[in-house]
Amino acid sequence: MNRIKNLQDLFKRYRRPGDMVFALTFFLFSLFLLVNIPDQVVWVKRTKLFAQPAFWPTIAIVLMVTFSLFHLIGSLVSERIPGRLQEVLYWLRSIEFALWFMAYVAVVPLLGYLLSTILFCGLLSFRMGYRSFRWMAASTLFAVAVVILFKAFLQVKLPAGLIYEGLPDGIRSFMMTYL
Amino acid sequence: MDTFLSGVELLARFDVAFALLIGSVGGVIIGAIPGVGPAVAIAILLPATFSMEPLVGLTMLLGIYGSSMFGGALPANLINTPGTAVNALTTYDGHPMTKSGQALKALGLAYGASFLGGIISIVVLILFSPVLAKIAPMFGSREIFLAALLGIVLVIIAHRGQTFAAGMLAAFGIFLGTIGLEPVKYTQRFTFGQEWLASGVNLIVVVLGLFAISQAFVLLNEPESAPKTQRIQGSMWSALKEVLRYKRIASVGAGFGVLMGMIPGVGEFTAQFLSYTYAQKTSKDPDLFGKGSPEGLVASESANNAVPAAAMIPLLALGIPGEALTAMMLSVFYVHNVIPGPALFQNKLDFVYALYMAMIALNVIVIVFMLFSSNLLIRIIRIPTRFLGVMILTLSFVGVYSLRNSASDCAIAAGFGIIGLILKRQNLPIVPIILGIVLGGIMEVKLRSAMARVKTPLDFVDRPISALIAAAIVLLIVMHFWGIIRERRSREPEMSHDHDVHDSQMR
Repeated sequence: MNRIKNLQDLFKRYRRPGDMVFALTFFLFSLFLLVNIPDQVVWVKRTKLFAQPAFWPTIAIVLMVTFSLFHLIGSLVSERIPGRLQEVLYWLRSIEFALWFMAYVAVVPLLGYLLSTILFCGLLSFRMGYRSFRWMAASTLFAVAVVILFKAFLQVKLPAGLIYEGLPDGIRSFMMTYL
Repeated sequence: MDTFLSGVELLARFDVAFALLIGSVGGVIIGAIPGVGPAVAIAILLPATFSMEPLVGLTMLLGIYGSSMFGGALPANLINTPGTAVNALTTYDGHPMTKSGQALKALGLAYGASFLGGIISIVVLILFSPVLAKIAPMFGSREIFLAALLGIVLVIIAHRGQTFAAGMLAAFGIFLGTIGLEPVKYTQRFTFGQEWLASGVNLIVVVLGLFAISQAFVLLNEPESAPKTQRIQGSMWSALKEVLRYKRIASVGAGFGVLMGMIPGVGEFTAQFLSYTYAQKTSKDPDLFGKGSPEGLVASESANNAVPAAAMIPLLALGIPGEALTAMMLSVFYVHNVIPGPALFQNKLDFVYALYMAMIALNVIVIVFMLFSSNLLIRIIRIPTRFLGVMILTLSFVGVYSLRNSASDCAIAAGFGIIGLILKRQNLPIVPIILGIVLGGIMEVKLRSAMARVKTPLDFVDRPISALIAAAIVLLIVMHFWGIIRERRSREPEMSHDHDVHDSQMR
């Protein structure tokens, strides 16, 4: 019990480097939404306040602005924790993986689920430093297993690849249904 | 008794049994791998369960929810890394036991306590269900509105030290839920003229982004690590049986789990804390707590495993989820047009019993699986973290894209992945956003229908339950401020507290 002293400890969270940047960004985003309220929601005539379509977005945005303002003030008056720039760079580094993900999304309708998944897993594993034959085999095996589990077994809805059109009839319908 | 038997009958099907098996064994494995938790797994599997019947889909997800805590105890004990968020307290006593050469005993106690906690809580709730079925119809629109509001208030004030952040994130969630074409007056809300925003921001897309994709980004961004573990030797069965020496603590832990699990937003952590404090106060050896006390381990594990069953209560009886996992399960109901709420307890009590029976079966399957599989799991948890990141990202794609084959959904999910990564790095909670989306939607609908019959503000609280919930909301807010003032007065040095207890909370 030496580290957890009271009930609050289990709930309490502490600030981390870069908190000011996040607090400021969120506050500005909330302000942007606040400014846009008049254009983006409608106050309908002859309707009670609580049934207005604009009622809840307005409440939510006003709360966002209020809470994020206090959060920002909290960050401003607290001692600065070193490492802000590194932290922001860390956040920006994740954009690379978001792009990998979107590339995968773009390729699936063209190459089909099976081929795109094998390619995605293989290339991303290679990028992450798993370059030996063993890891390449593991990533291919994983990709094939995922495709079989979700497409063939669970029958989730995924589009057939454009390149499947070029396949002979029998194989084409099999590929479109199962892989 | 008839409803109970018909509940059992609902379960006695091959597909339900299969879903249960997959869910429970899968949940253990997922729980055991540090870096993936039940939230990630449930988010990924959600769209796949939409094509299944509600009972089959829910059983699988419940399986993952209930069994992940068993699995999570393994790395908590062996490598001092909780497999899931709720195993954090387990590391305090479990790991010191492992270090002193009692790894088998620690694991046996953790599994045994989880099992006892799970079973006791489910039996209590089955006995309690007829009472709930009587109370549930007393909840009308205004009561459900107030209960949802209570959930929002609780999730905000539960985040001590970050209350403002939790508040802004919950409000952000409520805002996200309002985007798109609203279904009553057919006006557009915050679509900025964009067609892809007209259908709104899908809850599952947000959940997948915030939980699964963000976790993949974190793992891919971090330096490589693969935990080192040692084999467990000896008989797990005799280690398991040792938990019977701590029956009293396990029962009290389960009791706290049931009570706290029912309250939205506070669940596992409060239950664990109360149970741990009770165990320490009544122990003959209180100094051993935090240094390898078997009683502490039992208190922590029995309390956390009693929560899932109890957390299903507000979900099933009122349609109000108390945390992220039950919020995800709510979408399974919505997809099948089964709206959980008072009517479910009144008319489909057999369905509720079936879910509870499934949870009993799940605990039995898991404990049998655990008897033999610890060494197998030890090998699985050694997957290098970056490769795990590749795996989660690949699986997230099928989760998002299979919803409606939309590339813009994927882009939104990737965006929320980055937001989730920032929140995790900032030690800020994700759950308020999810609860904001779900509870915000419920509040909008229920307030509209409640206000039709309310003339003055006092009418809103003129029924016993609504008055009770309203009083609870006011009391909680007052107590929150009082707590802050008290904390200020008794200043303790900040570094004497554990700053990283929440690090694993979002998996």
